Amino acid sequence: MTAAVLASTVAPSTASGVFSLTWLLIGLPLLGAAVLLVGGRRTDKIGHLLGTLTAALSAVLGIVLFFALQGRDGESRTVVQHLYSWVPVADFRADAALQLDQLSICFVLLITVVGTLIHVYSIGYMSHDRDRRRFFAYLNLFIAAMLLLVLGNSYLTLYFGWEGVGLASYLLIGFWNYRPEYATAAKKAFVMNRIGDVGLSIAIVLMFSTFGTFSFAGVAQGASQASSTTMTVMGLMLLLAACGKSAQVPLQAWLGDAMAGPTPVSALIHAATMVTAGVYLIVRSAPVFDASATARAVVMAIGAITLLYGAIVGCAKDDIKKALAASTMSQIGYMILAAGLGPAGYAIAIMHLLAHGFFKAGLFLGAGSVMHGMNDQTDMRRFGGLRTVMPVTFVTFGLGYLAIIGLPPFSGFFTKDKIIEAAFNHGGASGWTVGLVALLGAGLTAFYMTRVMVMTFFGPRRWTEDVHPHESGTSMTMPMVVLAIGSVFAGGLFVLGGALQNWLEPVVGTAVEEGASTISPAVATALSLVVVLGGVAAAFTQYARRDVPVVAPAGALLTRAARRDLYQDSVNEAVVMLPGQYLTRSLVFGDNRGIDGAVNGLAAFFGGLSARARRLQTGFVRSYALSMLGGAVVVVAAMLLVRI
Amino acid sequence: MSDFPWLTVIGAVPLVGALVVAALPKGRDLLAKQVALVFSLVALGLTIAMAAAFEPGGGMQFTEAHDWIPAFGVQYALGVDGIALVLVALSAVLTPVVLLAAWHDTDGTGRSAKGYYALLLSLEAFMIGVFAATDVFLFYVFFEAMLIPMYFIIGRFGGAQRSYAAVKFLLYSLFGGLLMLASVIGLYVISGRQLGAGTFSITQLASLDIDPVTQRWLFLGFFIAFAIKAPLFPFHTWLPDAAAESTPGSAVLLVGVLDKVGTFGMIRLCLPLFPDASHWFTPMIIVMSLIGIVYGALLAIGQTDIMRLIAYTSVSHFGFITLGIFAMTSQGQAGSTLYMVNHGFSTAALFLIAGLLVRRRRSRSIADYGGWQRVTPLIAGSFLVAGLSSLALPGLSAFVSEFLVLVGTFRRYPAAGVVATLGIVLAALYILIMIQRMMTGPVPESAAGTADMTRREAWVVAPLLAIIVALGFFPKPLLDVINPAVATTMKSVDRTDPAPKVSVPEAALVTTEGTAQ
Repeated sequence: MTAAVLASTVAPSTASGVFSLTWLLIGLPLLGAAVLLVGGRRTDKIGHLLGTLTAALSAVLGIVLFFALQGRDGESRTVVQHLYSWVPVADFRADAALQLDQLSICFVLLITVVGTLIHVYSIGYMSHDRDRRRFFAYLNLFIAAMLLLVLGNSYLTLYFGWEGVGLASYLLIGFWNYRPEYATAAKKAFVMNRIGDVGLSIAIVLMFSTFGTFSFAGVAQGASQASSTTMTVMGLMLLLAACGKSAQVPLQAWLGDAMAGPTPVSALIHAATMVTAGVYLIVRSAPVFDASATARAVVMAIGAITLLYGAIVGCAKDDIKKALAASTMSQIGYMILAAGLGPAGYAIAIMHLLAHGFFKAGLFLGAGSVMHGMNDQTDMRRFGGLRTVMPVTFVTFGLGYLAIIGLPPFSGFFTKDKIIEAAFNHGGASGWTVGLVALLGAGLTAFYMTRVMVMTFFGPRRWTEDVHPHESGTSMTMPMVVLAIGSVFAGGLFVLGGALQNWLEPVVGTAVEEGASTISPAVATALSLVVVLGGVAAAFTQYARRDVPVVAPAGALLTRAARRDLYQDSVNEAVVMLPGQYLTRSLVFGDNRGIDGAVNGLAAFFGGLSARARRLQTGFVRSYALSMLGGAVVVVAAMLLVRI
Repeated sequence: MSDFPWLTVIGAVPLVGALVVAALPKGRDLLAKQVALVFSLVALGLTIAMAAAFEPGGGMQFTEAHDWIPAFGVQYALGVDGIALVLVALSAVLTPVVLLAAWHDTDGTGRSAKGYYALLLSLEAFMIGVFAATDVFLFYVFFEAMLIPMYFIIGRFGGAQRSYAAVKFLLYSLFGGLLMLASVIGLYVISGRQLGAGTFSITQLASLDIDPVTQRWLFLGFFIAFAIKAPLFPFHTWLPDAAAESTPGSAVLLVGVLDKVGTFGMIRLCLPLFPDASHWFTPMIIVMSLIGIVYGALLAIGQTDIMRLIAYTSVSHFGFITLGIFAMTSQGQAGSTLYMVNHGFSTAALFLIAGLLVRRRRSRSIADYGGWQRVTPLIAGSFLVAGLSSLALPGLSAFVSEFLVLVGTFRRYPAAGVVATLGIVLAALYILIMIQRMMTGPVPESAAGTADMTRREAWVVAPLLAIIVALGFFPKPLLDVINPAVATTMKSVDRTDPAPKVSVPEAALVTTEGTAQ
């Protein structure tokens, strides 16, 4: 068992010196987006250059700020830049203010560095698209919103960025929305995210009515004093938000369809950064979850369920992007699971998140490179033997593969093993359960990733007649190479001397070893290596030793279910969509016939009445006087009899 | 300048403009439009000057009072507090935009543009009057006077079903007006009894001590009139017809400004005059508002006509506004007031841009569109921004007000606050389904050669979108004006904000949220 040292509330200092440039991190890409969107077609020629430049400048600034932060001692690394008073109403004080600390700077680096690489990649990838400028405008918009999400100093500024990335995601998934199914995918993503946003909204208003504030610092101060029910509700609402953004069960169904977006988008938004925002939210809310064991347990359970769900789906997908998307879902499941472990897991969750950001972005860019060479085909049954024609893609993708399955000394080995170990050490039956799930997930990961690797790069060429695969240009391969290097070394660097955990400790707290743990690190490593190798071997036997049929075989029951994402869409349709449509239609009918019909019927009634009443218009004053008297009596009687 | 009758002048400019335009010789349509536009811009300029001279926190300002019908104590009394000021400003900003948007509305209808423009200008005058009136009788007169130009605008210049829609609008409004008149007279009688001489002055009426039961009856008279005007479920069915059958420009004035008289009236009259009755009816009104939010949104989802869809979204939004008003918290009421302004701009943008599409495709049916993002990218892009504002995306103005309403409601009525958040999801559905059907998909052959936004149209749309973005990032100037007025209202109904359950030391707030630089 472990005891926890909770995050202490660190007094933030006001931004000065180089930190007063913090706002420019967001300002630069926002300016890029604004120029390209408002400038319209006039900026077509410079669109990709300006977009990449602003992202790169932001990355440089991020690196400068990181070193500036490192130059301070651990307790004074929280720097707040107050920009202006945003929404002030009585005791409700929402400020536009940014908070740079150990946690947010990690994300700043991930977002700007990976973001810049993907901008560079997109120059080549989108070179033939007529709307390339608009694409870069949206990418810039995304970077700005994502940076706001991680830099805001309160839940409301976080919410601003949270919805902003949702918008960017919507615009980019639907970038080719002249294809109806892509437009549907975009809408689906936005709406499912909005369901999560209901959770975030409720969490924020609950924070305000409980603490009178929704700043990170204020909530951290008050969290331990509120009732446990309040904190559990708050935690669960935050989790709901995280499920929407991070595609966790039960709000997972949008991520697979989101692969409709251009592949650089899938790499940046739907693998490396935006979809991990849910993990950020939970880790950032450590004080809330520290105050509710129930909320933590649910987080852990959701993570465990999703990690298996994604892994199972990933094993059956023939579309390379959808297989990778399922993998993303599963890997985020690992992170959520880790975050649900509390102080023992927060730092590990972030560690896996950062490592994943690099290798998964690299894998997606590799997939994009393959598609680029294969006329945008995505069916892996039509790939095969590509290692010789696309050597750079093969090597970089291969390094990402080794990183994700977690073979030493690659990134994933360090970060995923930590999660498995921490899960077992959570203790008790729940510890064993999530530990075993995490272990099983590692085996499945090895299986589906080996499957992708083998079907794409090895074996006979199963290409269609019309493709002539070739290696992609430098602007595409260069980012792939950089990310591959990151995939190799990032994980090792994070764990070296507990570097990342120590760095994050002031923000998220840490676990203190206390007595015997369930399994030792060595045992955890050995176990997971055995499982991973087993998964690799199984996939190798099935897909390298035998021929891969061009048309998918019927498959077992589970395979068929997994191909259809374990029937997630059917469930949503039956439970939500169809009843909703039925309700809407009957209400529309009812409004026309019912309420309005009643009013019109009333009108017709009075129309008929007045036709008769016309006969009463006798012109005799005395009869008018009589009816006025009658009316007055009725009014007086009504006032006496009817009491409200 | 303090004695300058700002409000009378600002109201008189469009009225004079209407007369001038109407007096122009026949056939000079272009001149009529230009003259009308100039008058509306003069009114806008004066409003800006007045707003600059307004002192936030200074209570009722620019007051004027002249005896009108001394026998009945009726006064021509005007004045604005922060709430009225922002609504007067809303009218003044939207009118020139609408006039510019309406440039070709009468082309090919065989009707004269000058009549149309004169009616629009007179409508502006009456709307400003109703927001500025501080005498209940004067308020009532303006309230009814607004109906006349609107009736003719819908009935003469609207779509195929225009006379049905116009009569329906008129009857609904007259019915409400009649109930209100009864309450106005009731108030007068009571004031005569208690004060010696009858009065219609709002401040004096607010000091009356009315017994609870009478209060409820009088409250109902006003409230039903306002609920019809707003419109609140179940009094909403006139709105989709009226909005769909009027021209896009007049739909903007109708839904964007004229309907706000209803919610404005609740704040200006119902709450301060009948505080006890307001408390008594609160649960019922909260429930009606919640039904309105969900019901309006569900109906919007199911619409097949763009204009009706936008009208139903407004039913949902008006639910939010009344919810915020009757939550009786600072955030709820400030949010609602801001919501009135923001809804005015985002609905204006939606109606006017939809009008651009209808003008090109000659159809209000959503099914007749599809793929227009590639046909008219500028129109499609601005329509998306307007739609995103309607679904309250942060960064656009509507978010601030909607979130304030949610916060303000939740802190007093948590369950109601939670139900209202459903609106967040439903709004995403009605906007995005509409965008998907109209803008995405393959490019239709029928749309080939359709022109994108013209320069004049850009001048209509750009200011609206600019305001929407500006108020999304920086709503403080409006809130600074609104907050003191809200504090006054809260005081008049004797309510204070519920205190947070856990008190967080001020130190934790100051460093991160305060104004420390």
